[in-house]
Amino acid sequence: MLQVENLDVVIDSKPILENVSLTVADSEIVAVLGPSGSGKSTFLRAIAGLVEAATGDIRWDGRSIANVPTHRRGFGLMFQGYALFPHMNVGENVGFGLKMAGKDDIAGQVEEALSWVGLEGFGSRQVESLSGGEQQRVALARTLAPRPDLVMLDEPLGALDRNLRQKLVTDTREVLEERDVTAIVVTHDREEASALSDRLALMRSGTIVQTGHLEELLAHPADEWVAEFIA
Amino acid sequence: MRLIPRISTATLVLAVALVGCQGEEQTEIPETLTLISHDSFVESAGDTFDAFTTETGIEVELIPAGDAGSLVNQAILSKDNPLADVLFGVDDSFLSRAVNEEIFEAYESANIDTVDEDLRHEDNLVTPIDFGDVCFNYDKEWFDQNDLEVPNDLDGLTDPTYASLTTVEHPATSSPGLAFVLATIDVYGEDGWLDWWAEMRDAGVNIANDWNTAYYSDFTRYGGGSSIVMSYASSPPAEVIFADEPPETAPTGVIEAGCYRQVEFAGILDGTEYPESAGELIDYMLSVEFQEQIPLTWFVFPANQDAELPPEFVEHTAIPESPARLAADEIAENRERWINEWIGVMEG
Amino acid sequence: MKRIRWGWVAVAAPPVIFIGYFFVYPLIRILVLGLSELSVGASGVEARLIRVGWFTLWQATVSTVLTFLAAGPLTWAVSSFEFKGRRLAMALATVPFVLPTVVVGTAFVALGWQESIGAILAAHVFFNVAVVVRTVSTLWSRIDPRIQEAARVLGASEWDVFWRITLRLLRPAIAAAASIVFLFTFTSFGVILILGGFRYATLEVEIYRQAVTLFDLPLAAALAIVQLVGVSGALYWYSRYQERTAVSWTLERGTNLRRPKGRARTGVLFATLGTLIALAIPLSTLVSRSVTGTYYQALFRDDPVVGVPAHSVLNSLVFAVAATLLATIIGVLAATVITGRSGELSRWFDLTLMLPLGTSAVTIGFGFIVALDWPVDLRATRWLVPAAHALVAIPFVVRSTVPTLRSVPAETRDAARVLGASPFRVWREIDLPIVSRAGMVGAAFAFVISLGEFGATSFVARPASATIPTMIFRLLSRPGQTSFGMAMALSVVLAGLTAAVVMAIDRARFGELGSF
Repeated sequence: MLQVENLDVVIDSKPILENVSLTVADSEIVAVLGPSGSGKSTFLRAIAGLVEAATGDIRWDGRSIANVPTHRRGFGLMFQGYALFPHMNVGENVGFGLKMAGKDDIAGQVEEALSWVGLEGFGSRQVESLSGGEQQRVALARTLAPRPDLVMLDEPLGALDRNLRQKLVTDTREVLEERDVTAIVVTHDREEASALSDRLALMRSGTIVQTGHLEELLAHPADEWVAEFIA
Repeated sequence: MRLIPRISTATLVLAVALVGCQGEEQTEIPETLTLISHDSFVESAGDTFDAFTTETGIEVELIPAGDAGSLVNQAILSKDNPLADVLFGVDDSFLSRAVNEEIFEAYESANIDTVDEDLRHEDNLVTPIDFGDVCFNYDKEWFDQNDLEVPNDLDGLTDPTYASLTTVEHPATSSPGLAFVLATIDVYGEDGWLDWWAEMRDAGVNIANDWNTAYYSDFTRYGGGSSIVMSYASSPPAEVIFADEPPETAPTGVIEAGCYRQVEFAGILDGTEYPESAGELIDYMLSVEFQEQIPLTWFVFPANQDAELPPEFVEHTAIPESPARLAADEIAENRERWINEWIGVMEG
Repeated sequence: MKRIRWGWVAVAAPPVIFIGYFFVYPLIRILVLGLSELSVGASGVEARLIRVGWFTLWQATVSTVLTFLAAGPLTWAVSSFEFKGRRLAMALATVPFVLPTVVVGTAFVALGWQESIGAILAAHVFFNVAVVVRTVSTLWSRIDPRIQEAARVLGASEWDVFWRITLRLLRPAIAAAASIVFLFTFTSFGVILILGGFRYATLEVEIYRQAVTLFDLPLAAALAIVQLVGVSGALYWYSRYQERTAVSWTLERGTNLRRPKGRARTGVLFATLGTLIALAIPLSTLVSRSVTGTYYQALFRDDPVVGVPAHSVLNSLVFAVAATLLATIIGVLAATVITGRSGELSRWFDLTLMLPLGTSAVTIGFGFIVALDWPVDLRATRWLVPAAHALVAIPFVVRSTVPTLRSVPAETRDAARVLGASPFRVWREIDLPIVSRAGMVGAAFAFVISLGEFGATSFVARPASATIPTMIFRLLSRPGQTSFGMAMALSVVLAGLTAAVVMAIDRARFGELGSF
């Protein structure tokens, strides 16, 4: 279980996140929904340990992980632009986390992870030769392959066209559920958010305004902005 | 357990004492002696020191240190912890600086009597090993074809016919250039030398920045416009030896007027651990065996008068009777002023 | 939270120790010695000093601008197009860079370009065209063509795209190349002596004259400080500029070369042939003079005076390999430190690494003599030669790798960290492989610099093995047709060797990229 408590993040003396709290139960998928620039990505980066919290605490299974460096947190983060390693092929990208963990039989696990996303046999392909949708799936496979405790997806479908998106929303949801993962999905798209997650957290200007299921939010919006944004 | 440190301390004291005693007398024969010199000496040395190694069992390690100026400067900068045991290649123009900085230990070589008095250093701080004369060279073929007489003194050169056919090097950037300026000072004295140069300027003498340009670009022999070029007395034999097909007679000749003699010395560097072996090395460098290798290895003349010259040097060049030469102190004191005065006259 | 980052210490230590021991420490020792009046000479030459300083500055500025103008067309051609002979053209353009100044000086003199400011500037351009072509094209060829296409679609003419998009994106590489060319010409020595003579003295020439010929160490030290201050100022401005203009965009993995068509084809043809012919004219005088006799065979014969000249090739290769390894390892580590840390400290570190390029050879050489007998006496050992060469080559490795490292998006490293890579593993798995390609460009430079280097090492005592440049110099300084012909032949060998090495490295680099 992930617990974020009263988190403040300040970057270049500008407050980006203010007093953010969020709990994600095991096997739960939470979507953080908000407009561009509301601090969603920074929130994920803070959980991953890529940015430092000014105040507040982040706990995993009740234990504070504030002082655990990124590479020992055992979380997965899929970046908005995928951040695939340009000098490695698909297999090397997907196997990277396993290699860092010192696992055996990386090849077999890579092939398995690729099969989750329907890219069997893509291991030796060059990253640059892939289409946008394929890159998304490689990034997803790379994030899932080391079987992280928590999976974070930053605008996982943001760069793709509409048709592809609809198909991949379903695929991604399936993949996440089959793996029974705990996940946070960041998106600015209401439909995507509700399709991918069990619960929504609305973020605006660095604070979480309201959390709950889409129906709840629609029925009882906390304020006018919420009502307008999710309408 | 306490005994061990005490023994070490005692050893240390003894060692310090021994080091203190050293300096005057050499306690052992070294495996290797180091000789620092200018690049051109080291790169040509080849097996010329093998005989010394056979005789004494001491290897000679040669260290090149740039040009002659750089060599002397390095020796001065490192005088507290010398780079080598022996230095070779200091000439008159840098000698007084080296002497003033006290980098040498005096040594009178066993073979010094074979050397002309004029070449020797008065206090035997350094030992003359070779000398070379900077002289005008002329293109024989060109003079034959143009049916001109070769001038035989410096006054004759100021004739516009000859002056416009002459190339000298710039004294600020070239060592033969400086040598020739010194020659004119020696010949005409402080009062007259600049007048001679003014006449040469008006008559159209050509000035090159370095020997290389003067010889390989401006000399008629290599396609240039000057049939008289300031070079070395050893250049004509070199033209025979380094020709594609060695000719009967040298294609160039030496004009004996206006030659300047440069003497190169060797000295034991003060602070060496092996002063006696270093002395032996200097004796060897002055021996007939080594001296007879000098002409064909470095294209200069042996200081030892008993050394026989190779036939090329006998046939194709001459050792000038009375070359110009100035005292080291005088050069050190006035060089900068002379060069500036020369520039004032030649470049306005 | 503040922990000592041992990984960083491990990465930073080798370059810091190297540059500290082989540059900063000798420099301080010689300057202190010089200023503490080891020997007093004639001073009071302010007028000349100002003249020399002014000449140094303006000729370096003009040379840099002219070099860019001359290199522009070829840089454009090799960065945008794939065509027959492209790699050969790049290799040939690199040849002048490695030739010893004495050889180039001879070639220029043979062409009748002697003793004029025009000859000096022409020689500077001739030497440095390669720096611009190689440094700039590395980045240029990897700009995503879509960026330029986007601008075209937005109504920009080809010229607008070049001026407003391409040139702006290339700023870091242009600044890098300009700084190197400026430093090279600011500290020009051999070219000035041979083609300019006494009238056109740079600070470097004046330092040599004062230190070596007149032994006025205090004045030489003062001049060296003036030179250092000037060079540091230029470098400081440059690093501020580079930091300000560094843009991070996703570099294409491979190069984006098209086949030239239509007008572009003509352009490429003219740009390539024109540049190569201009560069070939001085080189052809070397070749034509080297083939008038059996001089190449003579290189393998045991010469009574200089030994077997061909042996110098082996010596040069050994030194060059050692210097390249040293410069590449130190340079890549240094680039990692510079890009991984922002702020004043890293800027000064960067600047210090560049300084050897702008420090006179006499200063470095004499610095070695007074300083490097501690803790062990390195002064006359084999180590000194590659170390001195590496000192000059490291800036090239750093300059060619820093832009690439800066262009790696931070997210790429973050992604690796999230996937469990420790800071060291991030460097090992991400930075190092990505930088190694750019590092190869730097390594190529390091190799050819070492092959042709005739600067600092000529002022230090060193092991008695002649390298190609010293052998050429040696042959050129004695009379006789054969000597001259052999010197020309050896110069041609050096030029050929350079071209071959550069081409081999280019091929290895592109092979690894898998783009061809």
